[in-house]
Amino acid sequence: MNWNLYSRGDKFFAIVVSVLIGMFTVATLYPFIYIAAVSFSSGFAAQAGKVVLTPIDVTIEAYKYILFDRDFWMSYRNTFIYTIGGTVMSLIFIIPAAYALSRPQLLGRRFFNLFIAFTMWFNAGLIPFYLNMRDLNLLDSMFGIILAFAINAFNIILLRNFFEAIPQSFEEAARMDGANDFQVLWKVFIPLSKPAIATITLFCIVARWNGFFWAMVLLQSQEKIPLQVFLRHTLAKLSDDEEFAFTQLDAAYSAETVTAAIIVCSIIPVLLVYPWIQKYFEKGILLGGVKE
Amino acid sequence: MSTSSDNGSVNAGPGKGGQNTPSRHHANHGKRVAVVRSKRTLKQKLQWLSDHVRNEWQLYLMLLPTIVWFMVFLYKPMYGLQIAFKDYSIFRGVAASPWVGLEHFELLFTNDQFVRAFWNTIKISALNLLFAFPAPIILALMFNEILHATYKRAAQTIVYLPHFISSVIIAGIVITAFSPSVGVVNTVLSWFGIDSIYFLTKPEWFRPIFIGTGIWQEAGFGSIVFLAAIAGVSPSLYESAVVDGASRWQMMWKITLPSILPTIIIMLIIRIGNIMEVSFELIILLYQPATYSTADVVNTFVYRQGLQSGQYDFAAAAGLFNAVVAFVMVIIANTLARRYSKTSLW
Repeated sequence: MNWNLYSRGDKFFAIVVSVLIGMFTVATLYPFIYIAAVSFSSGFAAQAGKVVLTPIDVTIEAYKYILFDRDFWMSYRNTFIYTIGGTVMSLIFIIPAAYALSRPQLLGRRFFNLFIAFTMWFNAGLIPFYLNMRDLNLLDSMFGIILAFAINAFNIILLRNFFEAIPQSFEEAARMDGANDFQVLWKVFIPLSKPAIATITLFCIVARWNGFFWAMVLLQSQEKIPLQVFLRHTLAKLSDDEEFAFTQLDAAYSAETVTAAIIVCSIIPVLLVYPWIQKYFEKGILLGGVKE
Repeated sequence: MSTSSDNGSVNAGPGKGGQNTPSRHHANHGKRVAVVRSKRTLKQKLQWLSDHVRNEWQLYLMLLPTIVWFMVFLYKPMYGLQIAFKDYSIFRGVAASPWVGLEHFELLFTNDQFVRAFWNTIKISALNLLFAFPAPIILALMFNEILHATYKRAAQTIVYLPHFISSVIIAGIVITAFSPSVGVVNTVLSWFGIDSIYFLTKPEWFRPIFIGTGIWQEAGFGSIVFLAAIAGVSPSLYESAVVDGASRWQMMWKITLPSILPTIIIMLIIRIGNIMEVSFELIILLYQPATYSTADVVNTFVYRQGLQSGQYDFAAAAGLFNAVVAFVMVIIANTLARRYSKTSLW
């Protein structure tokens, strides 16, 4: 495809498409810019609906407000705990299981595969899962959150597919040297599967960082909730009644600017790891999407 | 499942050998030998099995934690589903609660809120299919027409981003942007002299906002699959089209689109299979009693009835109904996919 070979019609078409893509890109980006602008605006300007693209009456009062909010920092810390702990837990389960399932000599391989894949098509639903967590005494437990969401079938299948594609000769060579399964996995398969493991790690990190529903349902203590639930509490105040608080119209910050500041603070870590995410997820989605 | 026989034929090298060799040798020795043979085979099989376990126990050890995890966190709740047919009491527990048959289901199907939630689920899914499904396809076709590599890369980087943002943040952005006082949407409307609208309390606005948000969040990411399909189209098709003097527009319609049609159909089937799956997390965050009439779906209904009001058995029945319909849809979708292309979804 060469621009110089394009007819006038082709060139016109290409330009139109470029403009449309540009518009969609701007539309994707705009809400983030808008929220950032709100977060740096004064409460009064935000309340008056003056913020459209750039901050009005630039101030960092909203950020100062959350900077001194103990609950905010606690929830931020908790999110890191859930993300790191949860991801490590996931990998501890998933990597050996995917290895075992990829070995042809495993008896009942078909059964185990079906046992795992079945949960992708049928699950018991919210209530039995919740009651089960209660029976296991995992309500309001940080460890419960880390453990109960450690595995999903998709990630196991993705990694298993990757392991299956590793040529048999690699394993045989290691066996010659007297390696057992744990050594084969550790010294041969894991080093060969770095991209796939990186993909799964990123999937886990993103899911943990963003996870909110079950954290909201299962955790009652304020000191255990993650950032997303903290943000949800703030939002609930905001949307439940519009007149909420902030009668002083000259306030330097408002519920909206504070919410916007929290949103900005919780997006920033995602943006920081985004380059790595982007490097791997395209491969990952295509790898796992093929079939069970 | 025919697991054992399958594994026998695939893996049981030594056992199989031991089974076949003697039978060939002693084929005409009659019944007595046959009995002895089968005894030996059983013994050999056990021997083989114990050898297998001795050699391969590490594999089973690696798999064990995951299997236990699946049983505890995913299969045990399936056992707990029986409360949908029981008068569940917290104090008695799942097993000891008395059976009530289909009572909860009878209540369910005569419950206006549930019936409404069921139809809302279908309607939102259908609207998604109509508006949100084509978006990533169109986007992928457009990306394919962009020659400037850096521009294309930058645009892709940006449009993939919202996929990685949590639903709480998405909801926060929507609530702020559509707020009657602060929101930019109303600010822009006011430039045209339109009075401020409190969008999130208006039932008629819920679905457009919800589906629009979905497109904004997922269209970019969804285009990856179609871009991969486009990358697989043979360049020679385009080359001969260029020789024939076809325009880019014609090539898009006559070559690119037909070439990715199998992918489109598979994705469409998957979507139909997931018709009961509406991102209810986002709905919980965006809806309110004023918009229940258009926003309430089965999962949000289950959430309110069960987790908020504590009617666990009734809510579990609603959840079970949902899961069964979803399961049937997935089975149908897979059958269709298998018929359509050789590669089924599982």
